[in-house]
Amino acid sequence: MNKTALLIGAACLGLGLATAAEAKNLIYCSEASPEGFDPGLYTSGTTFDAAGRTVYNRLVEFKHGSTEIEPGLAASWDVSDDGTEYTFHLRPDVKFQTTDFFTPTRTFTADDVVFSFERQLKADNPWNKYVEGAAWEYSDGMGFPDLIKSVEKVDDLTVKFVLNRPEAPFLADLGMDFASILSKEYADQLKAAGTPELMNQQPLGTGPFTFVAYQPDAQIRYTAHPDYWAGKQPIDNLIFAITTDASVRAQKLKAGECHIMPYPNAADVASLKEDPNLQVLEQEGLNIAYLAYNTMQKPFDDVRVRKALNMAINKQAIVDAVFQGAATPAINPIPPTMWSYNKDIADDSYDPEAAKKLLADAGAADLSMKIWAMPVSRPYMLNARRAAELMQADFAAVGVTAEIVTYEWGEYLSRSKETDRDGAVMLGWTGDNGDPDNFLDTLLGCDAVGGNNRAQWCNQEFDDLVSKAKVTSDQAERTQLYEQAQVVFKREAPWATLDHSVQYMPMSKKVTGFHQDPLGVHRFDGVDIAE
Amino acid sequence: MVRLILARLAVLIPTFVGVTIIAFAFIRLLPGDPIQLLSGERVMSPERHAEVMHDLGYDRPLIVQYGSYLGGLVTGDFGSSVVTKRPVLQDFLTLFPATLELSLAAMLIAVTIGIPAGVLAAVKRGSILDQAVMSVALIGYSMPIFWWGLLLIIFFSGYLGWTPVSGRISLVYFFPPVTGFMLIDSLLSGEKGAFASAVSHLILPAIVLGTIPLAVIARQTRSAMLEVLGEDYVRTARAKGLPPLLVVGVHALRNAMVPVVTTIGLQAGYLLAGAILTETIFSWPGIGKWMVDSVFKRDYPVIQGGLVLIAITIMMVNLLVDVLYGLINPRIRHG
Repeated sequence: MNKTALLIGAACLGLGLATAAEAKNLIYCSEASPEGFDPGLYTSGTTFDAAGRTVYNRLVEFKHGSTEIEPGLAASWDVSDDGTEYTFHLRPDVKFQTTDFFTPTRTFTADDVVFSFERQLKADNPWNKYVEGAAWEYSDGMGFPDLIKSVEKVDDLTVKFVLNRPEAPFLADLGMDFASILSKEYADQLKAAGTPELMNQQPLGTGPFTFVAYQPDAQIRYTAHPDYWAGKQPIDNLIFAITTDASVRAQKLKAGECHIMPYPNAADVASLKEDPNLQVLEQEGLNIAYLAYNTMQKPFDDVRVRKALNMAINKQAIVDAVFQGAATPAINPIPPTMWSYNKDIADDSYDPEAAKKLLADAGAADLSMKIWAMPVSRPYMLNARRAAELMQADFAAVGVTAEIVTYEWGEYLSRSKETDRDGAVMLGWTGDNGDPDNFLDTLLGCDAVGGNNRAQWCNQEFDDLVSKAKVTSDQAERTQLYEQAQVVFKREAPWATLDHSVQYMPMSKKVTGFHQDPLGVHRFDGVDIAE
Repeated sequence: MVRLILARLAVLIPTFVGVTIIAFAFIRLLPGDPIQLLSGERVMSPERHAEVMHDLGYDRPLIVQYGSYLGGLVTGDFGSSVVTKRPVLQDFLTLFPATLELSLAAMLIAVTIGIPAGVLAAVKRGSILDQAVMSVALIGYSMPIFWWGLLLIIFFSGYLGWTPVSGRISLVYFFPPVTGFMLIDSLLSGEKGAFASAVSHLILPAIVLGTIPLAVIARQTRSAMLEVLGEDYVRTARAKGLPPLLVVGVHALRNAMVPVVTTIGLQAGYLLAGAILTETIFSWPGIGKWMVDSVFKRDYPVIQGGLVLIAITIMMVNLLVDVLYGLINPRIRHG
């Protein structure tokens, strides 16, 4: 028996967690235990669902079911003409949650904003290493320590971010989970008590739900935050029932043991759709799976070889076999639901004969190569091995001998980055903030060679376009630049674009107000349940 | 008896040291490290990666790392998870009662059905009953746990609706854990229906986890009984005119129990291994699932600490079995 659990239990009783008979409980069969409850420390959607979107708010928020930004804790903002100063006017009278472990004495102010960012940005901040091995991966990954010169409190309700350079996706970045706003007063209390690590175990913010208790691998419980600035939630209690096996989640949903489940097995979707008590929402995910050639190596430095291989792949067959239709073949490196997607680009047609001819022209008629297949299932590619086998057969049909290789996941991720890597790597990406920059520059920019750019592809024309778009604030102009960049990408074919997968969300018909989120997180604000 | 226990404990010390070395070394033989796996597709710069590894002390020579790990163990410090940042011992103590409760329930099923079934099969050797018991035992032994669990869920929970699908208790009930054993805590909570809910949640996973030990125990009991039933003293007892129930139940069974107790003791290791799959299927928050997750995440402190704690548990079970032998068989006690 540990003290934390007792404390949590007591907290629950103290809060008067309404019992089942009289309260509206929404039970969500979640897919895994969260890694922790401080969204700055982690990168997984499971953790964001459990902390970022329930307990916390951000200065700006994504609109429900969209990648568009709307005011959050900041009611409005101004951007300087040169795009390097963002002044946020904070919402007044925003209350932090009251729990048994913390009672706020003040409302939300600029101090909380400064604290929430500085702990991630400054190595000398006392909270920068409040837990062992704190990595702040998202803040680092989005380049915040280099980008942000300072975060300044102007007055209690005004805060100014000064950037080192203009950065168009900055507002979208601030809507991401790692930019969640914590309570400085709570942090001070934890520090004074010598238990800063509880920040990652007992989260406290301004969000729609108040954290009540977490039992590892079993459940997480929340109550509706009674003083939530946007109004109290229609449900009283939100419960995450942690259920790691997808088939078991489906059985629980059918048996009425939970109301919503994420990530069903492709094979279960049909039977879930047939259940008269259930509804299945579906939406194209903000993701892509690709096969990245190593464009630094012969003969893959020749665009004709890459084009020929792209023409040899029967993508529809992969979509049918691996996703049972729950995906669409990908044409561009960004998904069709993202702004600036270039609809005018036609895919390389599946044409083995033409591919053979093109390979012969390039002097690579008897090519042999490696296809790397991920050892794990990812939302954008459920079964990489199966997809690799299909491609292997497709390549064989045009005279290319392909060997399938795989490594343990961590090893796969690190080896695939190497510029002298042998073979084409299958991998994918799920968007972080809905900005095309998060795909085009992150995955294909020259700076990402040896890192996220698995094709090791540095094309000056492409790079100039996306770099210019990054510092341009006018969205129409950015759209044009990204559309052109996609034309260059398609012409140069550093990847075979494979698929964009569809995300299913099966739930009870009693559930209303749930919107699928293109960024893949699961939000329960605004969700109601008919009893 | 005290001497026996002390002698056995002395043997456990090198075993313990061996376990710490294995736990420490094996996880480092695996490719990948926890920081790399945490960042997934999102690439962390090599400098940042090195910095975090340094903060965690994973850039020190292995022997130094092992020394500080062993030093921690001696003082009862099992370290904290790289992923969740929670202390390993705290998580183990939270999750272990769930595994223990499930294992005990599984063992209860295995023993109460397995021993009588084995005895019956031995007494009625060659009969249809014998063949039926042994066939069922073989099937039980060969059953893949994952498949068997899902089958039971689909039939009893999905089709018949008799048992809940997964979890330890209905989410309607929520009370702070006191002992960690849901059956006891549900009674302590005083909430109406909580105990019944806990029992109903335990039935299917206990059956699934108990299936293989049941089969093993039934087969072992049968063969041990057959051997004993052929002994002279049993014939003598029968010749004396003792009632058959007394001959089988007292004279034969007690002597047949020595190998059966060994088997039951050995099942402790199996139960922990089987718990990994059973806990995953039934969303049972125990240490099996916790360990597997930590291996996938290369969470060094959890794997090291978890393995050592599990090894200690198994060593204690073996010690208990040794002591039980002594009680059953005086020759061992005095040997």
